[in-house]
Amino acid sequence: MNELFGWRVPVDEWATNIFNWLDRNLAPLWDFIREVLGGAYEGLGNLLNTLPPIAVILVLGVLGLLVRGWLFGLGATAGLLLIDLMEQWENTMLTLSMVLVACAVAALFAVPIGIAAARSQTVSSVVRPVLDFMQTMPALLYVLLAVLIFSVGVVPGIVATIIFAMPPGIRLTELGIRQVDPEVVEAGHAFGSSPAKILRQVQLPLALPTIMAGINQIIMLALAMVVLAGMVGGPGLGQVVLAALNRLNIGLGIEAGLSVVILAIYLDRFTGALGSRSRVARLEKAA
Amino acid sequence: MSALSAEGLYKVFGRRSKEVVRRLQSGATLDEVKPLGATVAVADATFDVEPGEIFVVMGLSGSGKSTLIRMLNGLWEPSAGHVYVDGKDVAKLDPRGLRQLRRETMSMVFQHFALLPHRTVLENAAYALRVRDVDRATRVEKARVALSMVGLEGWENRLPQQLSGGMKQRVGLARALASETPIMLMDEAFSALDPLIRREMQDQLLELQSRLEKTIIFITHDLNEAMRLGDRIAVMRAGQIVQIGTGEEILQDPANDYVAQFVQDVDRTRVLTASSVMEPARTVVIDTEGPRAVLRQMREEQAHAAFVVSRDRILRGTIRDEAAQAAVSRGREGMREVLNTTPATVTADALLADVFAPSAESSLPVAVVDEDNRLLGVIPRATLLGAMASLTATETSGSGGSTAEAYPGSPPDGEADRARADAMFELQRGSASGAPAAGGGV
Repeated sequence: MNELFGWRVPVDEWATNIFNWLDRNLAPLWDFIREVLGGAYEGLGNLLNTLPPIAVILVLGVLGLLVRGWLFGLGATAGLLLIDLMEQWENTMLTLSMVLVACAVAALFAVPIGIAAARSQTVSSVVRPVLDFMQTMPALLYVLLAVLIFSVGVVPGIVATIIFAMPPGIRLTELGIRQVDPEVVEAGHAFGSSPAKILRQVQLPLALPTIMAGINQIIMLALAMVVLAGMVGGPGLGQVVLAALNRLNIGLGIEAGLSVVILAIYLDRFTGALGSRSRVARLEKAA
Repeated sequence: MSALSAEGLYKVFGRRSKEVVRRLQSGATLDEVKPLGATVAVADATFDVEPGEIFVVMGLSGSGKSTLIRMLNGLWEPSAGHVYVDGKDVAKLDPRGLRQLRRETMSMVFQHFALLPHRTVLENAAYALRVRDVDRATRVEKARVALSMVGLEGWENRLPQQLSGGMKQRVGLARALASETPIMLMDEAFSALDPLIRREMQDQLLELQSRLEKTIIFITHDLNEAMRLGDRIAVMRAGQIVQIGTGEEILQDPANDYVAQFVQDVDRTRVLTASSVMEPARTVVIDTEGPRAVLRQMREEQAHAAFVVSRDRILRGTIRDEAAQAAVSRGREGMREVLNTTPATVTADALLADVFAPSAESSLPVAVVDEDNRLLGVIPRATLLGAMASLTATETSGSGGSTAEAYPGSPPDGEADRARADAMFELQRGSASGAPAAGGGV
């Protein structure tokens, strides 16, 4: 009870009611999400874990060599080999699967929303506070909500990761498109190009480095989040960390943590290199 | 029929724009509508552009010329008024119709080039064709032709950032040429280039224009550029067109004090033509006359020499009194042998700047002839110097000398710059009130 007003705003009740209503009435949607995310995760995880680790390590190493050079390729191979030698390979691959599925979905939403926000001031002013909300709301709360809807397992972890990781993707896509030289866009209009073609031929290519920076951010945030997913039964390194915490097993915890770091560095440098390989990015660097 | 005509165009920014337009249309002045808080970028612009003409819109930044040009191809919608192109009202076209108009009828060249930085020169030149879904082979061919027109063969595979400013703008020009539209809009197209390159681009544009005969609407803040390029010039001030005419008309007969003060430091010798200062030739003789008759006429008119023309006034040469005397004493009937058949001549549309050299080389007045070599008049050296003296007199009261640019870059010095200072003041006020790029000249 508030002393001054003698009344308490029952936000908790409202929220619970809204949540319950959503839970009950949107069941088909939740089922669909569970099927899609769960299925994608299972498929990818199974694939990565049926292949011999050394094959996966070599493929990732060669990819790294191709996008960044021999130093990165060699470092990546050594790091991934270390994960395998710590016997954390299977858990790492499960975590990687979760991250990839979450990031793919997050990017699939983030880029179009970012484009819409860049093109319409109305969309932008609606989206911005929503993003602020998504980024500042304690992340564990998403996990809680996701568990209540999807029950424990891998899916709530992925859903919470998507919500948590999406905002920078939207923000950077919007920024990238807004930063394109307005005169160049005007030239597109002046030569009779349609807005869709201007987007495809002018705005997106010129905004690509910034959009890639957004995707990179999505991946980094997703990696930070999947460990939390271990708390709600998400498999992979998160669960190892949790087990280490419960048993106060510092050695095991370090192993799992180190695996996350290696994975993070690999994904960060890899996507960073993809972004800076575009013609526009190289031009910007040269200028 | 004119290629493009604008009728009572208005563009007013601000919440009460409708109200402002209505008041302006019913005769209110710009000062009267100021309290309404709207920014008037263009007010009541009416003009016709003839096919094959270079129509220059000249004004300082903030005078509304960029807004005006963007209403012509519908990039900005007019607050009121009409733009007719091919009998269609641009302001009434739907987005699809507008795109078609821009693809097929009007292309544009931009101040800062607006090239795609991630596309090669060739791809940039072919951009308008790509927008139109022209097949690749045709696209490449037409883009190559356009690039060679602007002298950029061999640069096809470079990226814009490897090019100098002048070359970038050549790509911008090639892009507009490759689109093969009859009308080209050029928005301060050469203003970002340094003066020498700008001069070169102007020459190139004139040369191209003499072959292609496009209808060009050219925006500039540089009076000398306007005078050089424009068949006709519209002078804009504070959103209004204050005068439309040829360069000579504007110089000789400015519509008001603003125009008069604006044009006074232009290099007139590069605008005024021989026909504007020439005088009637006094001592003119027909080539069938004998030397005796010629001598008598010279004596009567107290002249030392005469211009010799055929019966239909085609200039045959000049003859001096001593030459005529010599012919008489040798007993010749005709003048042919003693005639100077290569007199100093200029055409009627020759610029005064180009009259100096012939005048200096000849002791006789320079003959002004038409394209058939018919004698139209003469320019005695004294007349030429006199014309120069009066020009210099007005120039020294201005910022002095022949300024390369009519741009408010230097601080106003002397009374003569008051008009320009005035215009700058308005501009600053305009931008201070946060007007959405009223004219957006820069």
